Amino acid sequence: MAHPLRGKTAIVGVGHAGFGDAGGFTEMEILTQAALAACADAGISLREIDGLATCSVTASMWAMPVAESLGIRPRFVDSTMLGGSSFVEHLLPAMMALEAGVCNAVLVCYGSTQRSGTANRAMIAAARKAMDPQPYEHPYSPVTAAPSYALAAARHMHEFGTTREQLAEVAVAARKWAQLNPEAQMRDPLTIEQVLASRMICDPLTVRDCCLVTDGAGAFVLTRADRAKSLARPPVYVLGNATALWHRQISSLPQLTVTAASDSGKRAFEMAGITAKDADVVALYDAFTINTILFLEDLGFCPKGEGGRFVADGAIAPGGKLAVNTNGGGLSCVHPGMYGIFLVIEATRQLRGECGERQVADPRIAVVNGNGGVLSSQSTAVLGTADTL
Amino acid sequence: MTAAGPQKQYFDALAAGSFRIQRCESCTRHVFYPRIQCPHCGGDRLGWVEPSGLGTVYSATVFRRKPADGGDQQISLVDLDEGVRMMSRVEGPAPAEVRIGMRVKARIAQQDDAPVVVFDPVEG
Repeated sequence: MAHPLRGKTAIVGVGHAGFGDAGGFTEMEILTQAALAACADAGISLREIDGLATCSVTASMWAMPVAESLGIRPRFVDSTMLGGSSFVEHLLPAMMALEAGVCNAVLVCYGSTQRSGTANRAMIAAARKAMDPQPYEHPYSPVTAAPSYALAAARHMHEFGTTREQLAEVAVAARKWAQLNPEAQMRDPLTIEQVLASRMICDPLTVRDCCLVTDGAGAFVLTRADRAKSLARPPVYVLGNATALWHRQISSLPQLTVTAASDSGKRAFEMAGITAKDADVVALYDAFTINTILFLEDLGFCPKGEGGRFVADGAIAPGGKLAVNTNGGGLSCVHPGMYGIFLVIEATRQLRGECGERQVADPRIAVVNGNGGVLSSQSTAVLGTADTL
Repeated sequence: MTAAGPQKQYFDALAAGSFRIQRCESCTRHVFYPRIQCPHCGGDRLGWVEPSGLGTVYSATVFRRKPADGGDQQISLVDLDEGVRMMSRVEGPAPAEVRIGMRVKARIAQQDDAPVVVFDPVEG
């Protein structure tokens, strides 16, 4: 029997703003531009939004200024903050609220001026050390995510023979997709040799194994499926969503080669009634090249340990065997602190068939996996076109 | 005597020269980092024990920094023989020479006027 929430809600509009350097605009301003773009895309007024899901890297009460600034008084609010997976995680509570009749149109939105803003990463790191203490890790590691992911990459290489060249394949594939996306921020040619020869950040990850630091805002609007049919764009139905939260600190993840996506993916796929084989297009949070490899394994696109070999020879690049991160990903398209919302936006645009040169042929099902913290939280979503209902 | 939670007890002992971890009286498993309740079984009686200090490097990396910023920084996850994992660093070898599987032994060092547990390589 189908899950009672399968296909009952749909993404009806998406929007983004401020990619790259939003110079002169605030986070709230580019968030508002993205929200307005998503509403215009859906063909509904911002005044009709009565549900809000948003969160911020820096502001702990972020839903308040967002509602205030947008001039909305939401009946449903979700400001769950699980790092970059948040905007995928926001789906399930919104789906439940819509289906229960608590609200009629939920706006999920995010914006960051991490690159151009005055609150730079060093300031945020210093503040986090004081406000979110980790006394068993901070003495040994800078307050940045790279070492945790590097430890996972090193362990994956040790256990499975994954190579730096295979990690680099992920960055090169992302760049090849980005070259087909006029909105992507990094579009210069990139080779495996260039990735390997780039500045080492945290062994075995070079700067090209790490996501970009950009500004950017994104938004999408979710309604019940019945409403969605009468709106401006083809609805993209939410077939499944599940979140798994396993730890905060990398030292608390039992096996660095197995993430919570193995749990969130299983539950999201069960809800949607699909397996990995059914996915036509895939969006995986690629904060670092190892992420893509881990999530391909944990979601069942290949056996555990085979991720490095799976991505080799351009297998996830344009023309390869699986279309992964077709916008160029966090590695080459955009990465404003938290990237999760852009996974949903790209999957929606692919399923609507509006991706131009990078469009996958007639996709029906998209699989999205958001990652937050240091592999800490994972949220998997399955999106589908009308003929998957 | 003033009351102290597990975190303060841990760092007070460390400052006095003793590296201790918790052990659950219910399930007998060791616990790190220190907390109120056993994360394995939910037991709330956690006692302090001195580990052997011996462990194995589970994973290792080097955070690359300019010499002016303090130079390259070795970061390791160490599995103590008691079955708990902690983040630390291995001192002695060059940062890039620390290997997964390396046997190490804990030592208390001073850093920014506070005690920290670091590890040294040991034979076998």
